[in-house]
Parts: sequence; C-alpha cells; structure tokens
Amino acid sequence: MYTDEMLKSMKRVEENREKNFSFEPRRMTAEEKENLLLEFHPDYIKSEFVNLSVGGNKGGSVPTELAALLQGKGRISSDLDIENPEYDTDVLIIGCGGAGASAAIEADNTGADVLIVTKLRPGDANTMMAEGGIQAADKENDSPAVHFVDAYGGGHFAAKKELLYKLVTEAPDAVKWLEGLGVEFDKDENGNMITTHGGGTSRKRMHAAKDYSGAEIMRTLRDEVLNRKIPILDFTAAVELILDENGRAAGAVLMNMETGKIFAARAKTVILATGGAGRLHYRGYPTSNHYGATADGLVLGYRAGAKLIYADTLQYHPTGAAYPQQIFGALVTEKVRSLGAKLVNAEGQVFMHPLETRDVSAAAIIRECTAENKGVKTVSGTGVWLDTPMIEMREKGAIERRIPAMLRMFGEYGIDIRREPILVYPTLHYQNGGLDIDAQCETAVKNLFAAGEVAGGIHGRNRLMGNSLLDIIVFGRNAGRNAGNRAKTTETGTLTLKHIDKFEEEKRTAGVREETITPALLPDYARR
Amino acid sequence: MSEVNIYLFGKRYSVPSELTIMTAMEYAGYRLVRGCGCRNGFCGACATIYRIEGQRELKFCLACQTQVLEGMYVATLPFFPLVKQVYDIEKISPEQSIMIQLYPEIYKCIGCNACTKSCTQKLNVMQYIAYAQRGDFKRCAEESFDCVMCGVCSSRCPAGISHPQVAMLARRLNGKYLTPESEHLKNRVEEIIGGKYEAEMEKLMNMSDSEIRELYNNRVIE
Repeated sequence: MYTDEMLKSMKRVEENREKNFSFEPRRMTAEEKENLLLEFHPDYIKSEFVNLSVGGNKGGSVPTELAALLQGKGRISSDLDIENPEYDTDVLIIGCGGAGASAAIEADNTGADVLIVTKLRPGDANTMMAEGGIQAADKENDSPAVHFVDAYGGGHFAAKKELLYKLVTEAPDAVKWLEGLGVEFDKDENGNMITTHGGGTSRKRMHAAKDYSGAEIMRTLRDEVLNRKIPILDFTAAVELILDENGRAAGAVLMNMETGKIFAARAKTVILATGGAGRLHYRGYPTSNHYGATADGLVLGYRAGAKLIYADTLQYHPTGAAYPQQIFGALVTEKVRSLGAKLVNAEGQVFMHPLETRDVSAAAIIRECTAENKGVKTVSGTGVWLDTPMIEMREKGAIERRIPAMLRMFGEYGIDIRREPILVYPTLHYQNGGLDIDAQCETAVKNLFAAGEVAGGIHGRNRLMGNSLLDIIVFGRNAGRNAGNRAKTTETGTLTLKHIDKFEEEKRTAGVREETITPALLPDYARR
Repeated sequence: MSEVNIYLFGKRYSVPSELTIMTAMEYAGYRLVRGCGCRNGFCGACATIYRIEGQRELKFCLACQTQVLEGMYVATLPFFPLVKQVYDIEKISPEQSIMIQLYPEIYKCIGCNACTKSCTQKLNVMQYIAYAQRGDFKRCAEESFDCVMCGVCSSRCPAGISHPQVAMLARRLNGKYLTPESEHLKNRVEEIIGGKYEAEMEKLMNMSDSEIRELYNNRVIE
C-alpha cells in the first residue's frame, strides 16, 4: 500500500484540512493562465508533433501517433469487390456511443432505414464513462449567451461560432429530450434540476445523474434504439469508406472483429460517430478513455477527403487516478471538485483554485509535480492530493449520495475517500479537435456527416466539463436528422474505392513510407 | 515485484500480483476483443467468475476492477442472453401491469438471493426485483441505479429473470413519469423557441474576438 513518504504527506494534508477548507484560493489572471499553458501543457511541447505530408490538412500539425495512422497502410485494397454489398440502407451510422445512438433515433424519426455498425457492443463508448454531467443554461440567472461566453473563452476563442451557437441554444432542448426518454437527472422534490459548477463555468449549469451521468444517458439511449428495432451489427468495424463516382459518401467496407470477414454496406448517407483517441496514448500518457478510442473515424474520413480541425489539441483531464496502480489513469470526475474537494500538494498546501478550466488545471498540476517539485511520488510517477474529505465537511453524506462510483472505485482498493484524500495526475481524456464539420454536421465529403468526439471545432482548443455529453446529444441528433432527410433526395451512383489509390499515390509522391496498419481499431496491450 | 499463479480458463500463468484480472490476461498474451470495454467499471463488458483453489465458493466481479489473487481460477462471461422486451416509452404507464405484461418471470422468483450474492456492483438485486414485482418503480430505480448490466445475476437465476432489463424499464418509467418534470427547463426551451435570446446571441455572433475576450475576462462567476 502507501509508502512512508506518502503517509507522511497525507498526514500533512489532514493537519491542514481545517485551514485549507476555509481558504478560498484566487483565480489566475488571463496572463498567468497563458504563461502556465505555454510552459507546462503537453499540447505546447512541439517536439511531440509532426506535420502531415498528405491529405486535406497537408502541412498541418498533429500528434506523432496520429500522423502514423492518418498516413498509414490501409487494411484493404481498392480492387475489393464491392459491387454487391451485403447490406443496403439509407443511413449508415458508424459507432454506437452517445452520438451514434442519438443520430440513429433521429434518423429513424425521419422515416429513413438506419443501420448501425459498431466494433464492440452498442454503448461501448466514452459516453458510458462520462461521470460529471451535462451543461445546459436553464436556470433563472443563466442564458445561452452566458453559456456561449464561458465555452468560447474556455476554448481560447477558437471555436467555430456557428457550431457553438447550436451547442448552447439547443442545450436545454437536448436535456429536455433526455428527460423525456426517462433519463434520471438529479432533481429536488419539485423537479428542479440540481446543478453545480464545472471548471470555467460562470453559472451552475451542470446537470448530473449522480456520477454515472454518461452511463445513465447511454443505457437509456441504447434501450431506446433497441425498442425501435434499429438494426445493429455489433463487433463490426468500418475499415474504409466507400464513395460513389461523384465523390459522395456511399457506404463503408466492414470487418467482423472476431472472424476477420470483410464485407460491404451501401448507404445513401453515412454518419461517423466513432469517438475519440485516448487509447493512442499520446506522449505516453495513461487515459481515461474506452478501449475502442483509437481515432478510427479521423482515419476513415481523412482518407476519403474530409478535413481535420484542431487535431493538435488534446484534453488532459487534470484528475486521473495516480494511485493505486490498478486504476492508474482512470477518471476522477471533476464533480469531486465541484462538490468542494481542493487540490493540495505534497506539503499540504492548496496550490490553485480547484475549478479553473481543464487545460489550466492540468498544467498547474504538472508544474506542481515538476518545476515546483511538490508532487507525491507514486509507483508510476507523481501526483497531487485531491482532498475528498472536504466534501463531507461541507455536506455530510454527499459522497455516497452524489459520487457513488468514485466511492466504489477507490473502495475496491481499501481507500475510503470520505476519510482519506486521493492521489491524482492528468490523464489523456478528450480529443478537442476532429473532423471539420459545418452547422449541418456535414464534412468536406458530401453526404458524410460526423458527430460527437470525432468532430472538431465545437469547443475550440479546450473543452469545458459537461459540454461533451451535451455535444454528442445536440450534434448526434442534428446529424441523424440531416442525414435521414438527405437520404430521401439521394440516388447513390456506382460504388468505388478509387480514393484509396489517390491517397496512396499522394503518399508515394510525398515519399511517405508509413507501415502502421490503419485504422487501429483496438490498442494492442498483449505482452509478447 | 511478487508474482501469483492464476488459471485462465484452467491454464496456469504466473503474473505480477498488482495486476487486475484484465491486465493479467493481457500480460499472459491475450489480445482482448470480447470481454473488454471501458476498463473503468462502468460498462459491464468484463463480467468474470472465479474460484480460489481449494475453496468451494464462486465469486463474481468485473475483470477490470479486480486485483489478481493466488490460485484464482478465472472464467469470463463476455455475453449473456438477457431478455430485452421492446416497448414504446410514450405509450406505457408506470403501473404494475406493465411488469406483468413484459417481464412476467419476475413473479417466479424463488427468493434464493443468488442474484444479490453474485452482483459485481454489490447491489441488493433481489430487493429491487421485489420492488418491481410490487410496481414500486421508484424504489426499484434507486436500488438498481449503479447497475452496469453485466448480466451475472441473470446467469445465476433459476427463474430465468433478466434483472438488468427489468431495472432498466423501471428507471425509465421513474425518470419519465414518476419524477416531477422540470418546470424551469420546460420554460427555457419555450423561451428559446419563442426567440427570447435571439438578439443577444446575434450580438455575440457579430462581436470581434477582442470584444468577447473582454466579456470573458471580466465575467462574474456566480
């Protein structure tokens, strides 16, 4: 268990708890934040990025691991026979997390035939693991405009305004839709939503379902998809998109994850809802992400001609579990800080305001553990304390009532977070950027839509807590509706995979000899 | 680093003692496709049954959340054929009759409590089924809230009950019909449709970045 050094440090945290509890740390100024990010945030370490040699973002900077996949070796060749596809549908949805499921329900509402393919099980997605909540400006002192300013500023004034406009103005309706499907939001006895702050919010607009917010949303959406009998091919990955002779998306080449069988699906429109990329472990970071988060959608889209935006910005969640080793990198929800836990260094000092934006908080923790040398040494590195007993000082019983998953996760290893603080360090959490979409969720490839974490531009260069669960619902629904309606007026032409040859030719010309097999589909953790 | 002996599907492997069952499988050389999901205890993909050598009792857990132990005989349960009944949430009502109609087998519960004993989340499963039988969906929802739908309970049930799906129905009924609707949310949606915020949003859309920066840096945090 804990080393002597850790226990000594924990004792200091305990001794200072009363004092730290009443201490109100100040927020950083804009300039302080900027300097902190430049020096300590992993996004700003330029040696870890490379410029792409081919494709729509040629010259653009992306993490090294992503470049290998974007410019990698495809899994099939263009002479694959796709003339008689095994499946034929109106809307093909790739991925069945929150965005894919929302899209499926709305596409179904348009009357379109929908087919979902997902490489694991429906609901195997980062959505399932989102703990903290979903933002919507629905309280008296709040408005979509206030939400807009929080998110735009938190994202460093880089968001595509038309996307952010949609996000904040459709947020209350998104939460209302979920409520109507039966999602159990935390409410008081009169039905008022219990809302809290997240990092960087100026109003309490975080709606939650304890700390199972994403799981509760995901299982409800999945249940609804099943109730509608929307066909799902599980354990089926998309390995390449299919276009028609006019360059419009027209289906996908699919692979059975267990048997390896390759087959094709034709569709009038395609929605990429494949999620994020934490399992690529950029810069060797642990991740809070799902097993399947391997950037497949970015690869599929990019090889077919879609463009990327802000692919060089990742979100490191400030509080991943740093100890015990068994849960290294697992998410410790921001809600822990929303409820009153403060960040404390090895010497027992509160070193920052607990609710700065995520990028700023992560950078501050990294600084504390490196330049300041006030981190606590763990098995795999360092960490700082998150003083969870403070939550109980504020409201007895709050931990069990409002963050039961955290109580359980640490409880498995004999740590009672009501009595002891926990050790945290940033963990790779979210892909801020992604495929570039317009307000209709369409990419640069006609009839190719994207929604959820695979899409970029909504959050700019940093995302606020609670805006991702929101994004998957708002843009998932929009993508489903738009793809469903578009399918009605679309006649798909001859299916082709010629874009693969074009991409390969471009690679040859540029001298790219990348051997990485792409898309990755799953990480490879097997020891050999 | 100390090692322990574990048995994956009966075959022995020596693995570092600090690993979870899931990472021990990977250490042994498995590349997982089934039986691995969020790896953080939320998705129920890695339901696992084990017995410690020399002991009689079967134990149930999530492979991603459980540390290996000496002499652990491990079998995974990556899929279980739960019964999921189809219904229209808009057309049903939160009355006992809906359970009788969709999941009549819950009334065949013999009270053996095998579901509760096997729950990987340590929930009181038999109790939430009892609430469902009575049509007390609110309590069923509360008692089952932390369910990750791994299906181990159902695999142990002599009455063939699909507990996670019963609970899913109860939670949706509770969320939609039994919990009061949020008035302020409803009003805000109507205000937005009515155009109340359009002018303010339009103004923001037309502002320069430096103007919004000014707004952001001087905003009041309530």
